[in-house]
Amino acid sequence: MKATVHVKLKAGVLDPQGKAIAHALNSLGYDEVSGARVGKEITLELAETDKAKAEARVTEMCEKLLANTVIERFDIDIQD
Amino acid sequence: MKSAVIVFPGSNCDRDAFEAIKLITGEAPAMVWHRETELPDGVDFILVPGGFSYGDYLRSGAIAGRSPIMREVVSAADKGVAVMGVCNGFQTLTETGLLPGALLRNANLHFVCKEQPLEIANSNTRFTSAYSGTRDTVIPVAHHDGNYFADEATLDRLEGEGCVVFRYQGNPNGSARDIAGVTNEAGNVMGLMPHPERAVDQTHGGTGGRAVFESLLGSV
Repeated sequence: MKATVHVKLKAGVLDPQGKAIAHALNSLGYDEVSGARVGKEITLELAETDKAKAEARVTEMCEKLLANTVIERFDIDIQD
Repeated sequence: MKSAVIVFPGSNCDRDAFEAIKLITGEAPAMVWHRETELPDGVDFILVPGGFSYGDYLRSGAIAGRSPIMREVVSAADKGVAVMGVCNGFQTLTETGLLPGALLRNANLHFVCKEQPLEIANSNTRFTSAYSGTRDTVIPVAHHDGNYFADEATLDRLEGEGCVVFRYQGNPNGSARDIAGVTNEAGNVMGLMPHPERAVDQTHGGTGGRAVFESLLGSV
């Protein structure tokens, strides 16, 4: 199985990289861009066949290491 | 005073910390590798140094915060041992949960490296008592992720309980409420972005960080 984890800064947490990207896009003429937020995608290869178990374990991994829940939130997508 | 300096792959202020501790306390600290599972017996003070532990992969301090020795540091802190995290060490202590909040990318996106004027916001701690009667000092900063963040309720609590110990004069990184250094509620754990170990000798260009080590020496 494969798990794809998306880690994003929580709403309200300043994202200076996102700001810089939005600014750069504006200066390229993409005036419709009014904001950008940067996140991370982490793909995990799992030796697990039970989807529910995999989801529970990956949630634990996110809480323990992959995301800092003071500033970040995460979504998990499990694929066969 | 018995001290220990934790060393991670990518730490680069561990030698400066060693020299500063030796100079001021008169006793060389033990250098403890991240894979160790025990701290030296009877240690009074643990310093988590600056640098780029594990290449800052994932988040600054994230992987260091989960290394075997940090479990021992957390348990020593819970028993009241003094623990100080400088720069990457501060990031690491927030990642372990020993200190509240997190350090975000500097708001201006620049790596800041300069002599930084600071206000001593609380000189009634075991890390700052030797600053008593002094309102400010200058300690160098050198970081990319020093923008302190915590939710408003946490910031109010930190200020209300005197946990904010150093504030920037001329905020270099966008840090909430100009916070440069905080302690935990119990007052035995401090994290700060400026590098006191780089300002302990006249040859450093200033001695503004000396009092941090003098305070610790006086507290044990």
